[in-house]
Amino acid sequence: MASYWNRNPIRVFVFLILTVFVVVRSNIPSTPGEGAEERRWEASQVGDVDPGMSVAPPHPHTNTDSFQEELVVRPLHSGDIYASFQFRTVWEADFSRGNKVSHYQLFPKSLGQVISKFSVRELHISFTQGYWRTMQWGQPFLPSPPGAELWVWFQDSVTDVDGTWKELTNVLSGIFCASLNFIDSTNTVQPSAAFKPLGVGNVTDHRFLRYATLPREIVCTENLTPWKKLLPCGSKAGLAVLLKSEKLFHSSFHSQAVHIRPICQDQRCKSTSLELRQTLNAVFDLHTSGQAKREWSLFKMFSRTLTEACPLASSSKIYIDITDNSQGEQFELSPASSLLSQAVVLGDRRTFSVYDLTDQATFGSTRSLNLLIRLKSTDGDMLRPLLHAERYVAGYGLQTGEIHTVMYNHHPYRSFPVLLLDSVPWYLRLYIHTLTVTSKGKENKPSYIHYQPSKDRLRPHLLEMLVQLPPNSATEVTVEFERALLKWTEYTPDPNHGFYVGSSVISSLVPSTVATNTSITQEQPLFSSFFPCKEELSYFVRVYTEPLLVNLPTPDFSMPYNVICLTCTVVAVGYGSLYNLLTRSFQIEEPSPGLAKRIANVIRRMRGVPPL
Amino acid sequence: MKILTLLSFFTAYTLTASVNIEDSAGQFFSSGHTNNWAVLVCTSRFWFNYRHVANTLSVYRSVKRLGIPDSHIVLMLADDMACNHRNPKPATVFSHKNMELNVYGDDVEVDYRGYEVTVENFLRVLTGRLPPSTPRSKRLLSDDRSNILIYLTGHGGNGFLKFQDSEEISNVELADAFEQMWQKRRYNELLFIIDTCQGASMYERFYSPNLMALASSQVGEDSLSHQPDLAIGVHLMDRYTFYLLEFLEDIHPASKTNMNDLFKVCPKSQCVSTPGHRTDLFLRDPGSVLITDFFGSVRKIEITMETINLTDPIKQMEENSGNDVQTENNTYVDQLPVSEIIHQKPKQRDWHPPDGFILGLWTLILLVFFKTYGVKHLKHVF
Repeated sequence: MASYWNRNPIRVFVFLILTVFVVVRSNIPSTPGEGAEERRWEASQVGDVDPGMSVAPPHPHTNTDSFQEELVVRPLHSGDIYASFQFRTVWEADFSRGNKVSHYQLFPKSLGQVISKFSVRELHISFTQGYWRTMQWGQPFLPSPPGAELWVWFQDSVTDVDGTWKELTNVLSGIFCASLNFIDSTNTVQPSAAFKPLGVGNVTDHRFLRYATLPREIVCTENLTPWKKLLPCGSKAGLAVLLKSEKLFHSSFHSQAVHIRPICQDQRCKSTSLELRQTLNAVFDLHTSGQAKREWSLFKMFSRTLTEACPLASSSKIYIDITDNSQGEQFELSPASSLLSQAVVLGDRRTFSVYDLTDQATFGSTRSLNLLIRLKSTDGDMLRPLLHAERYVAGYGLQTGEIHTVMYNHHPYRSFPVLLLDSVPWYLRLYIHTLTVTSKGKENKPSYIHYQPSKDRLRPHLLEMLVQLPPNSATEVTVEFERALLKWTEYTPDPNHGFYVGSSVISSLVPSTVATNTSITQEQPLFSSFFPCKEELSYFVRVYTEPLLVNLPTPDFSMPYNVICLTCTVVAVGYGSLYNLLTRSFQIEEPSPGLAKRIANVIRRMRGVPPL
Repeated sequence: MKILTLLSFFTAYTLTASVNIEDSAGQFFSSGHTNNWAVLVCTSRFWFNYRHVANTLSVYRSVKRLGIPDSHIVLMLADDMACNHRNPKPATVFSHKNMELNVYGDDVEVDYRGYEVTVENFLRVLTGRLPPSTPRSKRLLSDDRSNILIYLTGHGGNGFLKFQDSEEISNVELADAFEQMWQKRRYNELLFIIDTCQGASMYERFYSPNLMALASSQVGEDSLSHQPDLAIGVHLMDRYTFYLLEFLEDIHPASKTNMNDLFKVCPKSQCVSTPGHRTDLFLRDPGSVLITDFFGSVRKIEITMETINLTDPIKQMEENSGNDVQTENNTYVDQLPVSEIIHQKPKQRDWHPPDGFILGLWTLILLVFFKTYGVKHLKHVF
């Protein structure tokens, strides 16, 4: 035996290599799931603080849904007015254990079926027309990017997330009359750190998250109609009566969204219920109506007044922001309301004048409520938002360019981290080796970078970075790109318009001057209870930048026609001339004689004389 | 004598009354359809083609008013005019220059919009060959007792219709699509209306039965637009559809107007072009076909004498809420866990061995080999 080894060392060598190879291969985990599971990181530590974000009033043990509606009106410093509607339906159903539900009360059946069929844990979809001007209008209650945005967390039980995502987008495109079926793998990304679930849950494996935007999507009445049909009262009673499309779309900014997430049923949070929030934000421009009077009223904004609350609503309120109007110097509000409420929203303590629509006395003797806000002076500073971002394309020509994202931190002495998420389509080829992050002239190294390169026609670029913004500074992120040439069938029917790049998303925990309420014991208004807060000294905010419009090198689509005409002409002229040259023969022909000579020839022939 | 005259009058009256009853009874069962569908397509893009969207929306409005619900209408608009930034009155599309009639309305549902309006999608809707995840609102779920109205408008030529300035559908393709529909029993009767230049060329090639077609102009003629509006800045409607809308505004669900009146809509004096129609493939006489057979959804009731057995009542499932009560507390997730993110290891799709492993492995192999056999075999390996 030993002699065998001695005689064939080469074979032994090969045998050793093979055994080592086999051993190494067997160490690789057999399924990717197992491997990913080992590397999944734990959810954050849970403190002893009450997690209770439960805003619903304590319910007796009945399986009833509840519905609340509210409208917040905030006059802005430029004279414009910001109106934010929120409608919340809470459904006492728990899908996490795979229960089947077939009884629908206030919760719309179309969405309930979608959630149960596709095992959706959270769904957030928004349709926006216009861009939110943070520096002029402040922070919105619920931010949204221009166009359509959809992000979904699926349940752990889903095996094929991509297939389910594709079917879900098709079904949602039918429900909302939007072209969401254009969401496919070329504009879907799977963020690794951003877009954590907004509802309750213990496990966050980012394999079940999908995010997509369609910056080109138009919002019009055909999207508002099915959105209104999801409300329990429809557009017949309550605050939804004000939602008339002619006025809503004649605004500087219009955004409607649907957010579905599981929330705690009560303080102890042993069981969850499903919350559906429908929000509609609009900013009306003072000058588009053409009137010179500086006043706003419900009738001027919506061409309707309110006559009753929705009978199915447990609470129906209007909040007017009067924080800057403590002595009545900014505007005058009528009819006056005795109810006041204070809430901490977006890191600021604001005072609101409250109108309760479930109370018949609000409507007065005319049985209709038309709030009137007469604007007086335009002095006073607006609270400057601490975080603000811009994005633009630099460079010239149709071959290369640069994307610049600038993030401003306006806090005088505190710095805070922001998470920047960029999803760039594959036809802009990013050169990540040119990525630079600079603050105050010096390089700022991000503490976390996740980059997934694109594949042509398959998936987009995904760039996530955690950047620390120094106080009172502007941080600029630059990356160069090259434009790709598409195949001629891939161009849209109007390619000279340009191609859109979706907005960047900047999520951050901004330090606040006022302590935010993390545990709520009494009812809280809807607009201040959307983003869950763990710490008291900071609040979570999400800022969207502008989408980019980039021109790709576009061919001249009339060229095939031109080429055919030119080629046919050249061939005809060339071949025709050659053919003539080769085959044309010349014959001499007598010119035909005039009429007199012909008659003379006839007479001569008759006489038998040779013709002329 | 008086009794005789009275008797004769009485018999004459009963005779005429009975003839009326038979006529109306006969007419009740004359058309064989039980449901109505409409496919309304606007194929033009860009702001100056506002009138094509207004055309389609005015037909949509009439069809909805006469009873066809949104679930039975497939509306395809190639561009958005109502919320276009050039529209001085957003969320409105007007058909008349004094801005009297907003045909866009408050509860419109557009099924295919923008880039989705392509020749492929149109033919797939007609023939029913759609991917399985297409929602119901985007499908034409007609059967062999459906009357379908198909309305096309846009820019066209002799034998083709242009879709979105980048592709065309030819009359041969359209005729073949209708033949597929006939073979798959997807319609009972079909009314095809087209409002484009040289529209009559689009129905020349039809060969399936039960098709009736109307066009706004003959081959070699252009269909003209009606009137511009100076505030909006574009032409608001085409002539043929304008007069068609005027005609349809007089129709209500119980009216008895028939197709011969529809053929007379927009004579040459009003339309400048000559509208044409084709009825040779249609089995019934056009004079007996009501407008509401195609434009409205007038339900006929069929009485049956058979009995139907209902299945057993559905048993209610027991609620097993008592068994699996979650014992752990649910919490909200931290939105931006900075420390977790920084220490998060990047996900790797393929497993790669740790750094230096391969090098160490090779060194080990070589060491073992040369220890066993001596260095003299070095030249055999390398």
